[in-house]
Amino acid sequence: MVEIALPKNSRVQKGIVHKADKKLEKPRTLKIYRWDPEDPANPRMDTYEIDAADCGPMLLDALIKIKNEIDPTLTFRRSCREGICGSCAMNIDGQNTLACTKGLDETKGKITVRPLPHMPVIKDLVPDLTNLYAQYQSIEPWLKTDTPQPQSEWKQSREDREKLDGLYECILCACCSTSCPSYWWNSDKYLGPAVLLQAYRWLIDSRDEATGERLDDLEDPFRVYRCHTIMNCAKACPKGLSPAKAISEIKKMMVTREV
Amino acid sequence: MSDTADKKINDDTRHVSRHDASKRPLSPHIQIYRWTLTMFLSILHRATGVALYAGTLLLVWWLMAAATGPEAFAFFQAAAGSWIGQLVLFGYTWALFHHMFGGIKHFIWDTGAGFELSAVEWMSRGATVIPILLTLISWVLAYKFMGAF
Repeated sequence: MVEIALPKNSRVQKGIVHKADKKLEKPRTLKIYRWDPEDPANPRMDTYEIDAADCGPMLLDALIKIKNEIDPTLTFRRSCREGICGSCAMNIDGQNTLACTKGLDETKGKITVRPLPHMPVIKDLVPDLTNLYAQYQSIEPWLKTDTPQPQSEWKQSREDREKLDGLYECILCACCSTSCPSYWWNSDKYLGPAVLLQAYRWLIDSRDEATGERLDDLEDPFRVYRCHTIMNCAKACPKGLSPAKAISEIKKMMVTREV
Repeated sequence: MSDTADKKINDDTRHVSRHDASKRPLSPHIQIYRWTLTMFLSILHRATGVALYAGTLLLVWWLMAAATGPEAFAFFQAAAGSWIGQLVLFGYTWALFHHMFGGIKHFIWDTGAGFELSAVEWMSRGATVIPILLTLISWVLAYKFMGAF
């Protein structure tokens, strides 16, 4: 359902301003979304001033600096700090990306940081991804075969392996799904770009023998066809993949199997 | 029940309420997402599609008026020829061209082509600018053929 306005408990209020207590060489200001489950108050935007001259180059470095030096209650997910784990996906200056691969020098002026859009917030920048993971599970993301297991490995030609390029690199960070207006309005029924890219990854795998059943499962007015090629997914993907194209290929597979 | 046990239960319920998922706020979405041309065009494609329904009713009115007789037709002509009528028709012309080029763009995407971000961008720009140009050209030509200049 399209609901433009945020629910009452989700409306964001003015927050606390943490002013720097000394002169900063390269001052940068971050406005960060805060919400504490132990506090009945609404979410708010807190402001922090940091010295970029005394900070690592990435936005994640700035967040860690704030947590270490200014406000230890600031909560966010992070792990690999090199764009492979997908933990630090968040909305930075209105666009979803990974905090660890977003350079501070790529941003201008005040930097606004919010959790991934249209998600239940667990705390601060940590969204609840339960629904997305359940949807991922629903596409059965594993190799399904009927033929007896070969003596060695399941073999694949070079050409067939190349069909997985642009798909296997997905780190399931959820930047794409949470950038998609269709997913915002219909995440209960529409699988969303991330999960559909994964679905296509198994549909196109030459070793998988459940292509027909997989397509049957997706044949539904909502699961795939809520994609209206809005393209936010492809623009948001920090790995440069195109879920939009993968979805288009799924639609093509559905049509071509009918003729 | 001892005080300690009582306290423990209280703590446990507090623990549950702390983690009451239904109280979680929804993170901001369309209010804060940075607008892109493709996002805007997607909404405009829907809006022009709706406008075309209304435009088709105008077309039906025109045909019905022609079939009804000279008076009904003259009334339609007067309505369509008024400045407000022309404004509506101008909007209809643009909606038609815009929706058509949006449709062609979607048709190309449906073949699995044009998904490189650069292609997405120039196709979107084309599907924005060309309909505006064609609308203007159509109206200039229409006025010219009517002998306005």
